[in-house]
Amino acid sequence: MANVLMFAEVRGGELRKVALEALVAARRLAAASGGGAVHAVLAGAPGVGAHAAALANGGADQVLLLEHDGFAHYNPEALTATLAERLRGGSYGYALFSATAQGRDLSPRVAARLRTGLAPDLTGFRVEGDAVVGEHFTMNGKVVATLALSGSPALLSVRPAAFQPAADPRPLATEAITSAADPMASRVKVTALRQGNSGTLDLNDAPVIIAGGRGLKAPEHFRLCDELAAAFGNAAVGATRAVTDEGWRPHSDQIGQTGRNVSPTLYVAIGISGAIQHLAGMRTSKTIVAINKDKDAPIFKVADYGITGDAFEVVPALIEAVKQAKAQG
Amino acid sequence: MKIAVCIKRVPVMEAKFAIAGDGTRVDETGLKWDVNDFDLWAIEAALQLKEANGNQGEVVAISLGPDAAQEQLRKAMAMGADRAILLQCDRPPADGLAVAEALAAELAGGGWDLVLFGRIAIDSMNQMTGPMVAELLGLPCVTNVCKLAVANGAGEAERALEGAAEVVTFPLPAVLTIDDGLNKERLPSLKGIMAAKKKPLDVKPAALGAAHVAQVKAALPPERAAGRILGDSAAAVPELVRLLQTEAKVL
Ligand SMILES: Cc1cc2nc3c(=O)[nH]c(=O)nc-3n(C[C@H](O)[C@H](O)[C@H](O)COP(=O)(O)OP(=O)(O)OC[C@H]3O[C@@H](n4cnc5c(N)ncnc54)[C@H](O)[C@@H]3O)c2cc1C
Ligand SMILES: Nc1ncnc2c1ncn2[C@@H]1O[C@H](COP(=O)(O)O)[C@@H](O)[C@H]1O
Repeated sequence: MANVLMFAEVRGGELRKVALEALVAARRLAAASGGGAVHAVLAGAPGVGAHAAALANGGADQVLLLEHDGFAHYNPEALTATLAERLRGGSYGYALFSATAQGRDLSPRVAARLRTGLAPDLTGFRVEGDAVVGEHFTMNGKVVATLALSGSPALLSVRPAAFQPAADPRPLATEAITSAADPMASRVKVTALRQGNSGTLDLNDAPVIIAGGRGLKAPEHFRLCDELAAAFGNAAVGATRAVTDEGWRPHSDQIGQTGRNVSPTLYVAIGISGAIQHLAGMRTSKTIVAINKDKDAPIFKVADYGITGDAFEVVPALIEAVKQAKAQG
Repeated sequence: MKIAVCIKRVPVMEAKFAIAGDGTRVDETGLKWDVNDFDLWAIEAALQLKEANGNQGEVVAISLGPDAAQEQLRKAMAMGADRAILLQCDRPPADGLAVAEALAAELAGGGWDLVLFGRIAIDSMNQMTGPMVAELLGLPCVTNVCKLAVANGAGEAERALEGAAEVVTFPLPAVLTIDDGLNKERLPSLKGIMAAKKKPLDVKPAALGAAHVAQVKAALPPERAAGRILGDSAAAVPELVRLLQTEAKVL
């Protein structure tokens, strides 16, 4: 039996959906290794403890609450010291992180501090004897590797959207903890957070993604994507590198090898050719729709449904049709 | 400025991959190789910093890999790196910590102002080596750098997050991992290629750390079933919506 320490990601004071996903993975890990407890580390400025209830509801047996002004922003050095100290205590067999910019910054630091193994960005895993065996994309998403992770504590990070958040309520048990290093003395200091398109869903949280490519021809035509996203209601808008290079959309909207990895239920690619570097970031989407006037575009090789037509004719019709479908419930 | 850049030799990803006979990795027969994309941007960042500092100091490219990785180190020198080091091993292990320990052993005590990495190697997709090396060396570290300014022994960077960015300050010496969007790499000039042939390239065995992670299997993801073309105009929209509702059940 081994306890699992999980790191609950907070950004700008908000608990991220990936934290609840990681909690589901942590519960599964605890169960697979003989039914240990799941402890969630929740760090932030005073007040962040308000999210403890969500973590208990998602399956945390205990919330380790680290409230200090020095954690108002992500504080990698103080968090590394604190997590390493907890893990050295010996009661944890595993530590679990989200494979996000934050989790993929923090987990290697902790692994190196403890000289222990880290299996990154897993899409699934199981426990086999003393080892965790999990799947991890390599080769730009073209090859799935199975990694065997041994040693204790073993560190894992799980890919956003690979696990679905679920209610698994426990009585709320919160323990206030202190930082193992002075959080105000970190050499690396986050001084500001620049949120992206606030008000719209983040690409990793949206069940539907409408992505536009160079085929849209001008930044103002992304209105078509925005309107289609609004018609779906639960959608975010993404783009190709051709588009972000042109400055039509911010770099943070870029999907692909050098951008975001997304895995929504529905991915609608509009005026996107389907270059391998783009496919690397979206090919694991559940259903893919492509609208492209070139019937030979590679995007049609991965699309479930394709329309080989002009986006400027097809998309307005699609917007109306989706609105109608939604209205009919 | 004395800057080290860690670069990895990776397969060119346009390849149609096959799995090797032992079932644990890709078959390397016929693959083409290049410098990991993100590492090209790290080299470019190092060169720009050196140039901005009156070309003082040096840029050193370091790679852990097989002898063939000398080709990638020569490319880094053709772009402008002053010298290179190959930490030789048959094939870099899957465990990022084992690689980080070998790189840290080489970098320790080198008097570096900056040690640059790519955010991620597109073959391993580990995204861990940079911050691990930083930790092993006890250096401050900023990952996913997409904007960078360095002056007077300190730096300010922007760190790319999902749909947002953090502004980060840090003192030198430091470890940075470079993300897309910071720069576009220069192409090696003919003159650079000629000069690179004469630049020093040290070869030594890699002091790999113990491995905790092993790659026990490799497989190609299931092909997506062939899709359907529903039509070539807006007339196909009703059918698309019907399929999204009834078949894919996503609307
Ligand atoms: C190292 C490296 C990393 C990269 N990383 C990424 C990455 O992370 N993400 C990424 O996206 N790309 C990436 N790329 C770039 C990638 O190779 C492609 O260049 C890019 O994805 C192309 O974007 P696109 O599909 O928008 O444009 P294009 O390839 O120009 O395609 C535009 C498409 O629009 C169609 N079209 C034109 N007009 C219409 C119309 N009226 N109606 C409908 N369709 C129309 C055309 O038929 C065409 O297929 C990377 C490249 C490199 C070298
Ligand atoms: N074998 C290697 N030799 C030199 N640098 C490496 C090697 N492996 C990884 N790196 C560096 O670490 C970064 C991240 O790699 P990874 O953690 O494997 O995704 C790369 O972009 C390189 O800068």
